[in-house]
Amino acid sequence: MIVMKNVYKKYPNGVVASNGIHVEIQTGEFVYVVGPSGAGKSTFIKMMYREEVPTSGQIYFNNTELTKMQRKDIPYLRRQIGVVFQDFKLLPKLTVYENIAYALEVIEEQPSVIRKKVTEVLKLVGLTKKMRMFPNELSGGEQQRVSIARSIVNQPKLVIADEPTGNLDPETSWEIMKIFERINAQGTTIIMATHNKDIVDNQPHRVIQIEGGLITRDEDEGEYSNEI
Amino acid sequence: MKSRTLRRHIRESFKSLSRNGWMTFASVSAVTVTLLLIGVFIVIMMNLNQLADNIENDVEIKVVANQEATSSQVQELLKQVKETPGVAEVDYSSREQELNQMIESFGEDFALYKQDNPLGDALYVKADDPKNTASIAEEISTYDYIFDVEYGKGKVEKLFNILKIGRNIGLGLILALLFTAMFLISNTIRLTIVARRTEIEIMKLVGATDSFVRIPFMLEGVWLGIFGAILPMALMTTFYSQLYNYWEGRLQNQLFHLLDPNPFLLQLNGLLIFVAVFIGVWGSFMSVRKFLKK
Repeated sequence: MIVMKNVYKKYPNGVVASNGIHVEIQTGEFVYVVGPSGAGKSTFIKMMYREEVPTSGQIYFNNTELTKMQRKDIPYLRRQIGVVFQDFKLLPKLTVYENIAYALEVIEEQPSVIRKKVTEVLKLVGLTKKMRMFPNELSGGEQQRVSIARSIVNQPKLVIADEPTGNLDPETSWEIMKIFERINAQGTTIIMATHNKDIVDNQPHRVIQIEGGLITRDEDEGEYSNEI
Repeated sequence: MKSRTLRRHIRESFKSLSRNGWMTFASVSAVTVTLLLIGVFIVIMMNLNQLADNIENDVEIKVVANQEATSSQVQELLKQVKETPGVAEVDYSSREQELNQMIESFGEDFALYKQDNPLGDALYVKADDPKNTASIAEEISTYDYIFDVEYGKGKVEKLFNILKIGRNIGLGLILALLFTAMFLISNTIRLTIVARRTEIEIMKLVGATDSFVRIPFMLEGVWLGIFGAILPMALMTTFYSQLYNYWEGRLQNQLFHLLDPNPFLLQLNGLLIFVAVFIGVWGSFMSVRKFLKK
């Protein structure tokens, strides 16, 4: 699904966030991206949905070369990818329902389809009863569930999560993980950058470790860190 | 674009106006204040311009014929003057009429001259363009049977110069005001959009096309412009009509007439709403573009 070949990324301020990355991620995989802060995890992830463009090298998403993609085609790439952030990025003035429906409205989906899909996804994340509430009336875990619901409502092939449990307590984090597992079980590829050792160690999946802009470890069913 | 999408954009643009209440208020106020300034200024400038036109059009050349010239010679001169290029209008005034005029202006003492009128027949010449006055006067002075050609040499040139400078200053001020208005309003709109960058970010993230992101913001710019223009337009219309009625009703024989509200107010209001909407849309466009480019 995703192939990176010799990807190198240098920011204008001189920081090298990606120093020759080779990687291949198959459809349906669940991948943790781990590594210290500032190691290049976020850049690695952002290049997949073309928020960042590598300085050199190639990135393919389902055989489309992102590095050669034109600006006008980016929205259509984004429609195949759901993105979840640590800080949820919900619109505070929209209700739970509206926040999720928003993702479909902006791609000009039929109103009847929007209603159907949003209702389904609300059920999946267990927020049907709170759909009329506003984000600030919800707990952190609930807000993250809204944000996940928004990312998957368009049935993307890939969900990218950048430290989705970073702001949540352990118990809530597990709830969020359960939802990701459920989405993954339906065949959606999940790539998740995380600092949560507990989750990585107890919910084993492929682990890609990035340090200094390089992949220093890539293991199926790996642990959070290879020390000890 | 699908009509459902357009309806959504319009609905969204109104919703976000009310959601961002204070920002909307700030932008509308900025439009209102600057348009009022521009409106007042245009009223003053256009009327001064009108005054300048009046003054310019009052400039005329007085051609005095030789006393010895016979009336047929004067008729010949009149014909010649009329045919001079650039001459728009010639009024003939006989030497008797000239003297009566003088008596009227300076008093009965001058009636003594009735026995031996020292004046010559006079022609009052108007140029089609006041700026040609000097050259026409010069041309006429070469004709036969001329006693004197007079048009306020030096003074007229000075007057025209002053009027020209005045007009240029006025035009410059209006342009400067327009520029300030654009800067002020687009800056306010930019602030409102900066406050909503998350919204744009999310729209882009979930795959909205650039135009889909842009259109509601630009529509908002249109509404901001229109709302901002309402008050200035209403105020200018009310006050100018009142001023016009007061001015034209009160003073008789005045040198100076205000511009007729019809069509002046129509033109002014048209200009104001055009400027407001243009600035609103332009400000939104520029501000959103910055975030879309990223």
